[in-house]
Amino acid sequence: MRLISDPKVVVAGGFILFLIVVAIFAPLIAPQDPLAQNLLTATLPPIGFPDAEPGFLLGTDGLGRDVLSRVIFGSRVSLTVAFVAAGLACLIGSILGLLAGYLGTFADTVISRLVDVWMAFPPVLLSILLIAVIGTGLHSVIIAIVVIDWTRFCRVVRTETMSQAQMDYVTAAQAVGFSRPAILFREILPNVVPVLIALLTLEMGIAVVVEAILSFVGLSVSSDTPTWGGMIAEGRQIVHEGWWVLAAPLAALFATVVAFNQLGDGLARSLDPVLRR
Amino acid sequence: MLLAVIANRAAMALVTLAGVAVVVFILLRVVPGDPVAMMISPGASAADIAALKAHYGLDAPLLVQFGIWTKGIVEGDFGTSITLHRHVTSVLADRLPATIELAVMALFVAVTLGGGIAIVGTLLRRTPGEAVIDGLNSVMLAVPDFIWALALVLLFAVALPVLPLTGQIDPALAEGFSTRFYLTESVLTGRFAVAGNILSHMIMPTLALALPLAAVIVRLLKQSLKEAMLQDYVLLARIKGFGELRLVLQEALRNAIGPTLALTGVQFTFLIGGTVIVERIFAYPGIGNLAIDAIINRDFPLIQGLVLLFGLIFILINIGIDLTVAALKPRLRHA
Repeated sequence: MRLISDPKVVVAGGFILFLIVVAIFAPLIAPQDPLAQNLLTATLPPIGFPDAEPGFLLGTDGLGRDVLSRVIFGSRVSLTVAFVAAGLACLIGSILGLLAGYLGTFADTVISRLVDVWMAFPPVLLSILLIAVIGTGLHSVIIAIVVIDWTRFCRVVRTETMSQAQMDYVTAAQAVGFSRPAILFREILPNVVPVLIALLTLEMGIAVVVEAILSFVGLSVSSDTPTWGGMIAEGRQIVHEGWWVLAAPLAALFATVVAFNQLGDGLARSLDPVLRR
Repeated sequence: MLLAVIANRAAMALVTLAGVAVVVFILLRVVPGDPVAMMISPGASAADIAALKAHYGLDAPLLVQFGIWTKGIVEGDFGTSITLHRHVTSVLADRLPATIELAVMALFVAVTLGGGIAIVGTLLRRTPGEAVIDGLNSVMLAVPDFIWALALVLLFAVALPVLPLTGQIDPALAEGFSTRFYLTESVLTGRFAVAGNILSHMIMPTLALALPLAAVIVRLLKQSLKEAMLQDYVLLARIKGFGELRLVLQEALRNAIGPTLALTGVQFTFLIGGTVIVERIFAYPGIGNLAIDAIINRDFPLIQGLVLLFGLIFILINIGIDLTVAALKPRLRHA
């Protein structure tokens, strides 16, 4: 219950929950069709500025599409990538980390060496290569994030598993005659989970930014799906005519990234004795 | 001893680079996209396509292609860019100086800014001022270069339109240079108006790259400084009557800076990685911006050259970190 007492966790977590609700119910919440173009209402400013029109709370973009509705729908791609990519990276990294940390010896040597080699490859290079090889699209973005970032989880989970394996409760479980998989998944895993949750939250923030960057340069989903990165790219082009087209998705991205980060930070502080140091 | 360390690192680096070269080569040959299909008009005949493939050596067996490519690299020839129709080596040589100037400038700003804030934070420890710095810094730590860059665009494009949004230099001024190190050359030849113009173009990309690194430096250096301020030698200097600022700068900083230097080196590689997107946002003509074009156009020779160049840069930085760390450890230096 220490979690609830940390205002950081409450505020950041609340924002993420809000975002999830917005993404799920986007068609009900969005005031306009995010794809409806109307050149007669192009680059209208947000409400409160001269020439604003009611119905377009955050104004319209260069094609007359409602900025607020596009930001709302854009949260879907961001959150999908955050949960799927970070989740898969976490899954693969943790399984390998658990195996390396618990089995030790040969498995540990192979997996640790693999992680070292992998991490020596700078993320930018790897993502350039991956996107060049597998092409653009949402699945490529997710694959790129998983392929690059599974090592983060593997490293931490391995270390954590090794320290848990030294604990008395593991010795006790062995003495009672539990099988190795039972010890690993029923005894050790639950104790590794807190670290994992904090790490996963931080990774979600990273995934959201990576997706936005790839959308920005046109290497993510096709341009007819609203994404924050895609909106930012459009807004960047017409920043002198309509700054709000850039400002709105940028603010959404900023808030989301900071929220994931603060939540992960807060969770790490409250849940994990290793990171707390 | 130190020489042995360097020789060992250099040998490892060469092996790594060779490995990267092989991986890149193989990966790019198994991709589904056909570069020739991208460069030829839809109505081209099969003979034209075959001729073009032969021209770029794409019709030879993989092993032969790899042989030609490796031989070229050893001779400093990375092939011809498919989209730019120029030698990859000369394209990279044209673009690299702009990125070097930007990255070094960003590193300098990050260290100055981060170091300065960390020292101020240490002086203000246990006051509301420190809480403000910590609070802001915890948010800054979460904000990547991409977001900074665009926030700066918003600020300077809309609220404060004083800086140029794109490019490296006013095209009218980009004449009479004998190197591509525009900033360095204009400063060295005393053309300060030109240097000023280049700097005005560099402010935003520099800040976007520097601020995330500065935030990391603030956190670690302030932590180390605060720990150092509790040590006996600081107490002794305090008894001698040293002022607080002098205690931090002369006594604590020297002992606290080690971990920060090592971390800054590692983070500098991330900063170099960040040039890819930041150069894109500001249409800055460096290798990062080039890399994105190369991917979008599936320009294989250029992608290969870029990946190897980035790999080489990362390896050189890592060797540089090792040397710096070694230089700071007198025991290792004299051994």
